Amino acid sequence: MDARLERILPRVQKPARYVGGEYHQIIKDKAEVDLRMAFCFPDVYEIGMSNIGMRILYDVINRMPGVWCERVFAPWGDMDAEMRKAGIPLYALESGDPVSEFDVLGFSVGYEMAYPAVLNMLDLAGIPLRSADRPDLTPLVFAGGTSCCNPEPMAPFFDLMVVGEGEEVDCELLELFRQAQKEGWSKTRFLEAAAQIQGIYVPAFYEPEYNADGTIRDVRTTHGAPERVTKRIIEDLDACPFPTHPIVPSTEIVHDRVNVELFRGCIRGCRFCQAGYVYRPVRPRKPETLIRQGIEALKSTGYQEATLLSLSSSDYRPLSELCDGMLDYCEPRSISLSLPSLRADNFSMDIMSRLQKVRKGGLTFAPEAGTQRLRDAINKNVTEEDLLNSCRVAFEGGWNGVKLYFMLGLPTETDEDVLGIAELANRVLHCWRQYAKFKNRGVRITVSTSCFVPKPHSPFQWEAQVTMAEYQRKVNLLRENIRARNVTYNWHDPDTSFVEAVLSRGDRRIADVIEHVWRHGGNLEAWGDYFSFERWMNAFRDCGVDPDFYACRERGEDERMPWEVIDMGVTRRHLRHERDQAYKAVLSPDCRKQCTACGALKLMTKGGCCDA
Amino acid sequence: MPEKLRMRFSKTGRAIWLSHLDLMRTMQRAFLRADYPLKYSEGFNPHAQISILLPLSVGVSSVCELMDFQLREDVDLAALPERLTAVMPEGIVIHEAYPMENKAKFLKWLRVTARLEYDDRPLDEMAAALTEFYARDSIVITRKTKRGEGQSDIVPAIQTLQVSAGERQVDLEAVISAQEPTLNPDHLIAALRQLQPELAPDFAAFTRQEVYFENGEVFR
Ligand code: SF4
Repeated sequence: MDARLERILPRVQKPARYVGGEYHQIIKDKAEVDLRMAFCFPDVYEIGMSNIGMRILYDVINRMPGVWCERVFAPWGDMDAEMRKAGIPLYALESGDPVSEFDVLGFSVGYEMAYPAVLNMLDLAGIPLRSADRPDLTPLVFAGGTSCCNPEPMAPFFDLMVVGEGEEVDCELLELFRQAQKEGWSKTRFLEAAAQIQGIYVPAFYEPEYNADGTIRDVRTTHGAPERVTKRIIEDLDACPFPTHPIVPSTEIVHDRVNVELFRGCIRGCRFCQAGYVYRPVRPRKPETLIRQGIEALKSTGYQEATLLSLSSSDYRPLSELCDGMLDYCEPRSISLSLPSLRADNFSMDIMSRLQKVRKGGLTFAPEAGTQRLRDAINKNVTEEDLLNSCRVAFEGGWNGVKLYFMLGLPTETDEDVLGIAELANRVLHCWRQYAKFKNRGVRITVSTSCFVPKPHSPFQWEAQVTMAEYQRKVNLLRENIRARNVTYNWHDPDTSFVEAVLSRGDRRIADVIEHVWRHGGNLEAWGDYFSFERWMNAFRDCGVDPDFYACRERGEDERMPWEVIDMGVTRRHLRHERDQAYKAVLSPDCRKQCTACGALKLMTKGGCCDA
Repeated sequence: MPEKLRMRFSKTGRAIWLSHLDLMRTMQRAFLRADYPLKYSEGFNPHAQISILLPLSVGVSSVCELMDFQLREDVDLAALPERLTAVMPEGIVIHEAYPMENKAKFLKWLRVTARLEYDDRPLDEMAAALTEFYARDSIVITRKTKRGEGQSDIVPAIQTLQVSAGERQVDLEAVISAQEPTLNPDHLIAALRQLQPELAPDFAAFTRQEVYFENGEVFR
């Protein structure tokens, strides 16, 4: 270990997250490696190691002979300061080698608030922030992850961005890079070739032109890059490898357990939900595959907990079969099985009671909106009856806590919808009074609201976010109307949502703001410890950017969106149609009831079909 | 009914940064990975019946850690160290496993070594001054206790202590009281900082080398 590192570790919080050495980390012989990749996660170890995407890609990339992929996380503030003071550059956990010595840095950027941390990591590595300031082929700095579905705010910093699922395209990219290195290509030549791979966006080859009102007039494409970059998907998920020997962190992380990934995509199409559109089409794994992978991972890690992951577990057709298979293994070994993202329906409740035989804490539901009209408008296909039925089953089964999540500021929302939240909470309370098994224990009903952030590639991408003042007014209204002692109301501050709204629908002009925020001390912005609204507002002002233009402006029907250089499969026409349906409060059928020809099917180039 | 067992292991290298809690969790998982059935306590929230004799501070190395555990079935103890080490994170090595005979409370002395680094002070002068310092009749330090601050003399807790100048560092070796009273090796450095700060090293790294009974025999 670096002697300087040994000296600073005793002074920082949770030093174990900075040393690597965990069970199942991958160590390769440098003599047999000709391409070294630093997989960079712009958040702390506990978050990054909980990320299933990073686990999958670490496994897949390290399967490539001659390639060694190592992990790099963002240091917490105390460590960051100590490293800078001691002159220790950002290093990778496996080898301890400085990131600047690597051939390739791949950032996994899942959420917009991580942008400043990306810049901080580059800086700590001693690597110039902007692609234009890195003339050489090496190190190549690229990004992947959900935030890349609008690549524009970070466009000047990355050499390229990968859109969609990385398992195949990352390997193709690395092979091409290896060839470029061997044959001594220039960076431009490499990027030109990379831009021809489906799913790779090279920001430098796209030049936006603006109208006088600040909207985008056109985007000029250069170097033979395609007009639009189509996202990549794994067509046959069942055949795609999944890490059954994942790293077992020695120190505690957020999601410290075995993950089993049931399917990708979602059949539902809730109109506020970006994930429901950008991960289409639905592709499941077979239950026998999942049971095999789950058991293998439990055996190899010694974890006592497994989670069945997906966007909406209740929609996994063979869920019963899967649960039975897993329980056969888990129950005799006291391994607990958890199932997040359940819908509030009877079938799900039945499964739930089978899984949670011992611990009965709180249940979580996300009705998202307080009235049926608004739930129809956002296509959240849950009725009040469903919800109350589920609560009844839960209370009868001995649960004594329910958490209800809502959004305020949804398109078409009225005060009646806001008050509907309070009414719904009251009905849940009433349900507890009627059906609770253990009344003497009392009940905790928690209502949480957050401020809706319109997202790219969703039907609400044209919408204005409500102003912070308006959100606050709605919060106050709700607060005055939640009176029951057993109902607690928590609301998220709107300032992070406001910044998030700017970043998520931003264009290239936002890049300067992000850099400004970082230069003035911004870093891990998803953490309350770091986030400073004032710093963001100062950055907008100093960079001459009007944040309301991005957050609170309704886009024109024909306006060209910054993220439309990216084709996520679902067509603009479909999104538009869904938005119109929202204003009529008309539900759309899910993919199983009736395909609405959203456009995602075209991604199945090998003749597969959705949800097979 | 299988008996109570004990194993001796090292915690060095990157593993020294694991906290006691991290280590307990790591042990339980490693036993599961190696397919050794740990015995669990009865009750609502069962936990594995394992206990580590002298919990080690974060950042301290050791080649003489002892852990007591029980299994639900008899296993070949000779094969255990290798099988368990194979499923450990880097830096944890199991040396032996055997039926537990000696109660933990009979563990009395601990031999530690330390590497004291001085960036720009002459090592031989430091070594000589340290020898003199630790030879004092009493060394009273202030330490934080649960009830605020307390004063205590660390000399009675030091059985032997030698200092010598090495190539790049000053080496310290001491036999100190492990229990009743517990002398944290760090207190040896704290004493310098409090009483003669010009002798305090720029950095000190400790390693536990061996544990003994009251009479000086090796404790197992
Ligand atoms: S093409 Fe049809 S079935 Fe496939 S994701 Fe789109 S709406 Fe659903």
